[in-house]
Amino acid sequence: MASLTPIDLPAGVTGEGAFDAPVDEEGHRSALFDYVLRLGDDALILGQRLSEWCGHAPSVEVDLSLANMALDLVGQATHFLHYAGQIEGQGRDGDRLAFHRDVLDFRNCLLVEQPNGDFAQTMARQFLYSTWQKMLFDHLSASSDELIASVAAKAVKEVAYHQELSVEWVIRLGDGTEESRGRMERGLAWMWRFIPELFEVDETVTALTGRKVAVDPNVFREDYERRIGEVLAEATLDPPPDQRPILGGRRGHHSEHLGHLLCTMQFLPRTYPDARW
Amino acid sequence: MTSDWPLWEVFVRSRGGLSHRHVGSVHAPDAEIAIRHARDTYTRRMEGVSLWVVPSASITASDPAEDGPMFEPAEDKIYRHPTFYDIPDGITHI
Repeated sequence: MASLTPIDLPAGVTGEGAFDAPVDEEGHRSALFDYVLRLGDDALILGQRLSEWCGHAPSVEVDLSLANMALDLVGQATHFLHYAGQIEGQGRDGDRLAFHRDVLDFRNCLLVEQPNGDFAQTMARQFLYSTWQKMLFDHLSASSDELIASVAAKAVKEVAYHQELSVEWVIRLGDGTEESRGRMERGLAWMWRFIPELFEVDETVTALTGRKVAVDPNVFREDYERRIGEVLAEATLDPPPDQRPILGGRRGHHSEHLGHLLCTMQFLPRTYPDARW
Repeated sequence: MTSDWPLWEVFVRSRGGLSHRHVGSVHAPDAEIAIRHARDTYTRRMEGVSLWVVPSASITASDPAEDGPMFEPAEDKIYRHPTFYDIPDGITHI
């Protein structure tokens, strides 16, 4: 091997450590946009999914429970997507981002776009997501980004309720009749392969963790797995066998289900762009 | 599913210092879920700070057929209302 050739340092770079913290505002802005979009899209898509139950739930009381959760999530999405639009600075507001973006530009995790199935499958999805979201928002309440911190701090109470409610149902259906137990087992088996994506760390998360804007979800991964395990034990359910994880939602690689969801959600504002109500 | 679930009467305390007031009922498989259903049905517009649920089956009601003997005797006892006293000036909250 030839010895290394000394390189010419650019003007202004002098001392040791000069490369440690490159100031790249454009890179930071684009990572922040991506991250806030993920937070907003998770809430928006899960909120839309839950709202599909409206008028179809097993009882009028459950109908209201699901609609309440949907509204909480759409409210969170509104804050995050408006903020994402401001960060981007291209004149798109939250509505524009929600209703005039194509499927490949959505950055939600795959778990939230999975179909409702029966009530057990919906509760399995809610349990796995809300448990994660609660822990994430607990940490994001201390984000160095003021808006993320304030939305997370407000939303964490809503999410805590979603988690508690879904835990109650997982336990009752799991430890219920043969029929309800089978349904909960199938619901969990469907959703299980989407858990690893929740803990994926890519360059967006890494870039923002350094500035304390984002949090590496692996700091609460053990807590998450412990909590899921406790609830399954109380529900007398075995964890589903590990399956090949499916990733890609954060990069826009979605399952076929998201496109259909967006068709319904975006139809009206796209067909009648000036509609007001 | 609903038809299998027992009925629960719901009581809401609208704010501290007031008593719980009956607001309606919900179906639920057990008391914990009844509280959640009551929360989602009756307090979604900030109506309350505390909830009670009671199994409807635990409530003993007066018999509507006995309305006469139960309630009519009170009708002509207006002296039971404290309306025959002159209240001195300056007394408030009465």
